[in-house]
Formats: sequence, C-alpha cells, structure tokens
Amino acid sequence: MVATDDNKLQELKSYMDICKEKEYPDSQLIAILHKAQALYGYLKRETMDEIAVHMNIPTAHIWGVATFYHYFNLKPVGKHIISVCLGTACYVKGAGKILDAIKRHLNIEVGETTEDKIFTLQEARCLGACGIAPVIMIDEKIYGELNEAKTIELLKKYEKIQ
Amino acid sequence: MKKRNVRAEKTITFCNGPGCMHLESTKIIDALKQELQKRDLSYKDVKITISGCLGMCEQGPIVIVNPGYIIYGKVKLSDVSQIVEEHIIKNKPVVRLTIEQNHLYNRFFRVFGDIDFFGKQMRIALRNCGIIDPENIDDYLSVRGYEALAKVLTDLTPEQVIEQIKISGLRGRGGAGFPTGLKWEFTRKAAGDVKYVICNADEGDPGAFMDRSAIEGDPHSVIEGIIIGGYAIGATEGKVYIRAEYPLAIKRLEKAIKDAREHGFLGKNILGTDFSFDIEIRLGAGAFVCGEETALIHSIEGSRGMPRPRPPFPSVSGLFGKPTLINNVETWTNIPVIILDGAKWFSSIGTEKSKGTKVFAVAGKIKNTGLVEVPMGTTLREIVYDIGGGIPNGKKFKAIQTGGPSGGCLPEAYLDVPVDYESLSKAGSIMGSGGMIVIDEDSCMVNIARFFLEFTQNESCGKCTPCREGTKRMLEILTRIVEGKGQSGDIEKLERLGETIKKASLCGLGQSAPNPVLSTIKNFRHEYEEHINDKKCTAGECQALLSYTISDKCIGCTACKKVCPVNAITGQVKNKHIIDQQKCIKCGQCVQACKFDAIVKG
Repeated sequence: MVATDDNKLQELKSYMDICKEKEYPDSQLIAILHKAQALYGYLKRETMDEIAVHMNIPTAHIWGVATFYHYFNLKPVGKHIISVCLGTACYVKGAGKILDAIKRHLNIEVGETTEDKIFTLQEARCLGACGIAPVIMIDEKIYGELNEAKTIELLKKYEKIQ
Repeated sequence: MKKRNVRAEKTITFCNGPGCMHLESTKIIDALKQELQKRDLSYKDVKITISGCLGMCEQGPIVIVNPGYIIYGKVKLSDVSQIVEEHIIKNKPVVRLTIEQNHLYNRFFRVFGDIDFFGKQMRIALRNCGIIDPENIDDYLSVRGYEALAKVLTDLTPEQVIEQIKISGLRGRGGAGFPTGLKWEFTRKAAGDVKYVICNADEGDPGAFMDRSAIEGDPHSVIEGIIIGGYAIGATEGKVYIRAEYPLAIKRLEKAIKDAREHGFLGKNILGTDFSFDIEIRLGAGAFVCGEETALIHSIEGSRGMPRPRPPFPSVSGLFGKPTLINNVETWTNIPVIILDGAKWFSSIGTEKSKGTKVFAVAGKIKNTGLVEVPMGTTLREIVYDIGGGIPNGKKFKAIQTGGPSGGCLPEAYLDVPVDYESLSKAGSIMGSGGMIVIDEDSCMVNIARFFLEFTQNESCGKCTPCREGTKRMLEILTRIVEGKGQSGDIEKLERLGETIKKASLCGLGQSAPNPVLSTIKNFRHEYEEHINDKKCTAGECQALLSYTISDKCIGCTACKKVCPVNAITGQVKNKHIIDQQKCIKCGQCVQACKFDAIVKG
C-alpha cells in the first residue's frame, strides 16, 4: 500500500512541476486538485499540505477552494458512487421519490457512504440526459427512465456483484 | 496539410448522446461492424461515425444513413442485419424503421430529413451536429470548416470583423443577451498589451444541455469562433472553461484542439499569417455561480468562484487583470456562419431586436424531449405542440418554465408569446441559456418554485447578504407552506423579500433567484392560497398535505400492511384494511405495493 501511495504522490508532484512551468502557476490549483482527486479518490488534508508546500500556496487557500466546489470530496468514498440527478426535468418526473427510495434502501443520507463502503450517495445537478428523465448515474454509467422499484432492482444488481 | 480521407460511399452515423447511449447504441455499433465484416465491406465502402446528441432522445437509438439523410429511430440489435442487407447493399432504405415523415414543412437550414421534429427548426448553431464526425477534422473541413477563419485572416481587419458581428445583431446566448459586437468592440478598444478570450462552457442550469451537445457534436465550430474572436480583439490566448461533469465533451474538445494545432489553425503564425493564438482548457468543479463571468474568472485564476461588483467589466479588467472577452458556447458557434454567410443574411432571421436562432433543451412533461433550435420569434406554442408533440398521457398543460432557476413559469395564456429576449422578459420570464421545462397538471407550482429556490439557495456563494440570507428565509417560508404550516401573510412576505433580493444582490444569481417564486405567485397565486388556507395540494405532490385512504376495492391481501414502515395499516386477511391517519407518514409505499388500486391519494 505504502509503495502505491508513494507512486501517487510522485505522479502528483510531476504534474505540479508541469503546472509550475506555465504562466500564472497558482491559477492551476483547481486542475491540481482534480488530479489529486483522480489519484486518491478524495482530497486528504495531507495531500493539500503537500500541494501547499510544492506550489507555495497557503493550505488555508487550498482548503477554501476545495470546500467551495461541490466536485471535490473531502471524505473517502465508496466503491460505487450513485449520483441522483435532481435537475428540473428529472425532478418533475419524480427524482425526489427515487432519492428517498435509495436513502431508505441503503439507510444513508446524501453525501454519506454505506458501512460496507460499497455505495456513496450524491445529488447531481443535471447530468444532461433530460430526454430519458429521471436518471441516476452509478460511477460513469447513466440509467434512465427509472422509477422507485426499478432503481432498487438496479442497486440489488450492484450488491450481488460484490 | 494532411491528405484528406477517401470519402466512403456510405456513412452510417450513430447518435451518442446520453439518451441513445443509455439505450445501448454502442452494442448496435459493434453488431453493425460485425455485420459489415461478414459481408466483406471495408471502411472505404461504409464509414461509421459517432455524432453528438441529435436532440431526438425520445426516438433513440438514432441511426442516420448518408447520402440521403435517412433517419432510423428506435433501432434494435435485431434490425442491424436488415439495414445492412437492404439499405447498404441494395440501396433500399428500411421504411419500417424510418421516423415518421411529413413533407409539408421544410424550413431547415441544411436538409435533415422531413421529420416534423425538424420541420420548424432552423439549425445554425447546431448546423453540423449529427452531420459530421466530431472527432474528425477532415469532416469539419468538408463542411467549409475554418473557411471563415481563413477569410478573416486574409481579407478582413479586426475592426471589419467587429463591424460584421455588430451588423449581424448577434446577442449573447448565455442568457443576458448583451450585443456581442459591442462587447468585442469594448475589449478591442480597452488599453493593454495582453488580452484574453474565454469561452464559457460552464453550463450549470438544471435541465439545460445545449452547450454540451454543441461541443460533443461539433467542437471545431466553437474553436473556430474563439480564434476569430481572438483575432478581432487582439488576443493571443483563449481559455475554455468547461464543467468537469462533461467528460465526453472535454475529451472531444481536447482532440479537436490538438488536431487544429496540427493543421495550423492554432499555434504560431496561423495559416501562414502573423497572427498567433492558442487555446487552453480549464475545468470547473461544480459551482453554479461560476457561470457568472466575474466568478468564472476567479475560478480560472485558481480561487473560490465568487463574483465581484461590476464595473470594471471584464472587457476592461478581467482574467489576471487584463481585458477579457467572454462569450458563451452557442454565441461562439454562430461566429463562423456570420462571417461566411454574411451578417446581413443572419440579421434577416429572427425578430427586430433578437436575431438568429436559439437552441433550447426542451424537457419535462412533453412527448419529444430533446434539443431544438428555432428562429427567434417562434412562439412557445409552436415549440411545445408542433415540435415537442404536446403533453403525453392526455394530461393538461399547466406551465412552461424558461431560463432555468433564474427564469419564470408562464401559464397557458402566454403560450403565444414569441421567443425573444424582450417578449419573454415582458411576460415575466427570461430567455436564459435555453432550458425549457414543460409542466403538466400533476405538478404543484409551489413545490416547483421551492425546488428552484432550493437550488439557487444551495448555490449561493455567500458573498453578499441579500442572496445568502434572503434566499434562505424565502426557502424557509416555502418549505413551511408545502409542509402544510403556511401562515396568512406568507405570500406577501415572499413578494417583499423577493423584490429586495432582486434589487440588492451583487450578481446575476441573486438578482434572478426570486424569479421562479415571484412568477409563480403572479400566475398561480391560487395554488399558494390553497396550500396556506385550505392546507390542500390539488396536484397531489406535497406529501404533507395528502391523506391516504383505502377504498372498497381492497380484498385484504395484506401487501400494504407489510410494507408500511410505521405500522399504520391494520386489518385482517381478506378484510378491508384501514390506515391510521395519526400514524401515517405519507411515504406512499402502500400505493406502490397495492395491486388492486385500492389506496386513494387525496
């Protein structure tokens, strides 16, 4: 485990070195945070410290940016991320009920991860698939034209694979 | 320049919008490839391309065979061999699969079949979407791609380019509708050696996916527009600020920029002239407020995306304190057309003050959900009924919501309003970036207003007090109304708060946040009164105002009793059950469990 984490840090550092070469290196902060999240799955406090030292940006500023944007996770996430689209089209077609059904089924609230670390539940602001509303996205895959029963079936399929 | 690909005899285009992808269009592509291989057909005979969203999500998966623009809808795996056998080999389209046709209307920019859905549309911004392969620069070149850039660099001075844009009457498609030519002129005239061009692709409105489709379907048009903008204002660098939530759009844009560089459309000395320009992609990270231009600039600078007061406008002091030109994706895609086909031609389309076309993402309770591009001045009724196909399941139209969370809800009386900046704002809504949600009688307007306010409240950056605190108070009042705890005077409080927030907020987010609430109060006041005074929700959406009862249809199967999470249902097997109204939490699970429609919501 330690070795892979070292590799990740190495990769992050070489990415930051490229950013430093560019004009206005500080402006690359959001790109660096994207990179860090892609590597670790979420933004650890330690990672932010590493970035702070390497880029010469105060951790306080990095923390401010990381907490401002919804895309960044500050806590570890589960194996699968469920994003329930709450865009308008999905909402008028019953996305709220689907969200409630998932909450009941997994017994977690939005932003939380199940105890077995399989699912993390998130809200999404329009996935751009309004034509097949209501939709949810599990990891990168979009499932559309759902209702409460179909959604639970879907989750059960994912649970079975484990 | 690279040698162009040999033109294949037939091209089969697959729509790869999220709607079609969900219906497993990729499996159909694989099956088609196998089928072609079986018959020894090579890529020289048949070329397979993937397009961005064509807007006909309802008919997906969509397959288009060219030449002839034969459009197939709802294609299944089992249809593939017939398409190859009859259409590709024998040249006879499979009529059974073509989308219903109507030859009466045909006002379409480039002929795109005679389907009703396209009949009243006019595609300028989306002109190439679904026609070319977005990942192939040669395809773009074959539809006069980068010709506008060549014309600008060799024949026109920057001032002349700006003059053309001014004559065209093009206005910003991001929502506010500021005249694009003027914006360009201000940035051109602003003092400074270094200037920037930004493409705002931070499409955050829930229910809107126009920009995503434009970039996924035709990234080069956007890039060409940006380069022309750079030349006109005297910039050497452009940034595209795009949502991280759009991975496919990002991928296609990256490829398009790389290809454009290799072909000499980007980089040093473009097309052998003195003009140098390059584009960099910057990712957003999920903050709605970053669609506001000053917030967007802060985000590109690597900070929290918070707006600042204007003036100074970005055209004077923008990115890194330099003069900056910001336009939205759809605005950029219009630029090459204006240069090539003429500003006068462009200004002949639309209404007196709104020129050209506008793309809308139509969704909600409507038959044909998807993207439509119509000339300015088309009425809402034409969009909803002629193009959209009306409301499904025989339900009644109730309202149309335009402009996303910053817009308003218009009832049936406004259906004949022409779509342009002035008319929509006079009717009490806005053009916005192009989201259009159709609402039917099953939806509660108070709940819809609460939904939008919850969104803006959540996305408020917290910098200015009216927006941060005011929207929160409004949301509290709305929440108590839908929970059946509304008090008399609440409507007036909402109105007063809303007007104050509109006047006192720093940026567009706050200034428009109360719009959904104010417009629903104006047009659907009776629904608010009903919620507050009678504690009733006719649409049946507000859970707290509902009650569930069991009718005589009940045969006593106990299914409802088993699912009730709070044991509110009692009754013996084969006897009618009863719901204890005190215990019932109105979760509605019993309705789903009942196979005999015995549970009545009301």
